[in-house]
Amino acid sequence: MNWELLALSPPGWGGALLRGLVTSLQVAAGGFALGQVIGILGSAGKLYGGPVIRDLMEIYTTVVRAIPELVLIVLLYYAGTAALNNLMGAVGFSSVDISGMLAGILVIGLVQGAYSTEVLRGAILAIPPGQIEAARAYGMPPAMVMRRITLPAMLPHAIPGLANLWLVTTKDTALLAVVGFTELTLATRQAAGVTHEYFLFFSAAGVLYLAVTLVSNVALQFLERRASRGMARQRT
Amino acid sequence: MTDQQIPEDIETPPPLPKLSALMRPHRLAIMAVALGLLILMIVKMQWDWLPDYAGMLLAGLWITIVLLVSSTILGFLLAVPLGLVQVTGPKILAWPARIFCTIIRGTPLLLQLWLLYYGLGSLFPGIPEIRQSFLWPYLREAWPYGLLALTLSYAGYEGEVMRGAFAGVPHGELEAARAYGMGRWKVLTRIWLPRAVHRALPTLAGETVVQLKSTPLVATITVIDLYAVVGDIRQSTYLTYEPLLFLAFLYLCLTGILVTTFRHFEKKIPTRGM
Repeated sequence: MNWELLALSPPGWGGALLRGLVTSLQVAAGGFALGQVIGILGSAGKLYGGPVIRDLMEIYTTVVRAIPELVLIVLLYYAGTAALNNLMGAVGFSSVDISGMLAGILVIGLVQGAYSTEVLRGAILAIPPGQIEAARAYGMPPAMVMRRITLPAMLPHAIPGLANLWLVTTKDTALLAVVGFTELTLATRQAAGVTHEYFLFFSAAGVLYLAVTLVSNVALQFLERRASRGMARQRT
Repeated sequence: MTDQQIPEDIETPPPLPKLSALMRPHRLAIMAVALGLLILMIVKMQWDWLPDYAGMLLAGLWITIVLLVSSTILGFLLAVPLGLVQVTGPKILAWPARIFCTIIRGTPLLLQLWLLYYGLGSLFPGIPEIRQSFLWPYLREAWPYGLLALTLSYAGYEGEVMRGAFAGVPHGELEAARAYGMGRWKVLTRIWLPRAVHRALPTLAGETVVQLKSTPLVATITVIDLYAVVGDIRQSTYLTYEPLLFLAFLYLCLTGILVTTFRHFEKKIPTRGM
């Protein structure tokens, strides 16, 4: 194998791969963050919302979780941006140019939001009701109960599920290669296509993804230990 | 084995969803809006291509289902030993199994597919033994790589699940079986495996739905599955939304069928004494 092809400077393709990795991580982080915002709102809606909001949230999570990510990404990436531009045109604004990065973040965020809604809903349900009753008895308004009690108390229950979601997100960004967004997988394919060293480059990309997973695992374990300080260990 | 001995009436049939639950005003409103959107879609969008491509769609659907079923079965058969060696196997077997699961779970399926199809596929022609073997005609097609990637992926995820399930079977049950004089193989097939599968079934169901949602990726290595057929339709009819919406609808139906089947399975599996 020709290892020099992985060099960082232009005759090698290492730089291109690393740039792809950075793009992938940016989209993953953005999409994950958006997914969490949707997840918090969605789980609050599912648990405390009226019957209408609850049913609408149920439809959102069911539909998104039942359709393949690839189909959703293609549908939202092409149809979603076109629909947004049509809408902007109808309202009277000039059409916006949505960058691939932004579209990717929106798409991944919408998909992750559905999964995160379910994770957070389960975590909130796992909080002992007495804690929330105690907060109410102290006279905390609902927003403060959410911020001071519910969100921190659900964290130890939510972190394993959210950790899984983060790992899924980093791998879901690879699907953006199909719609032509240059992240790690597509950069790898371009490099492999030019040099015809398919095996070398795809293995290299695999190592990079694996490194992301392993580093994330260490960080997530640390977070989990930190979030569950002072909690009784539930399982061995 | 023991399945037939269980009387039929032990399972009460699941209660039907009450009609009154659907008749609440806001649900009727949501249904009316959905129906309105559906009618709007049917009237406003172009669907005249649908009859022309029905045959192609069915063929693609068939490929998707075949890929799903075969990769799930093969993957499960691979996952059982993968999980088992991690629980009881010698270290020399347990470590490769653990590394395999980590690699599969740590890299995107799209990358695995492309590595197998483009990477391995580009190495094979250089090896004369493979070119002369009977496998060669198959190795030049795309579907074996797709099937292999889906199988390995399912085995990797399900191997972890089976590891947990094997480890979770109470030790006393295995000791009791040994005390009855069962051999190792018999303990495994009669006690350990059924117990573990029973424990793993809900996760297995979820993992199979994920597997269904992974199948469209094989379209990127030129396997003509449901997704690829819809891609063809989009190119030849110059339509954007309609074929994709129809595709999403088909996958929704498939997921629904799969979930219902697994629910049925979970009810059928004996739960006596648990």
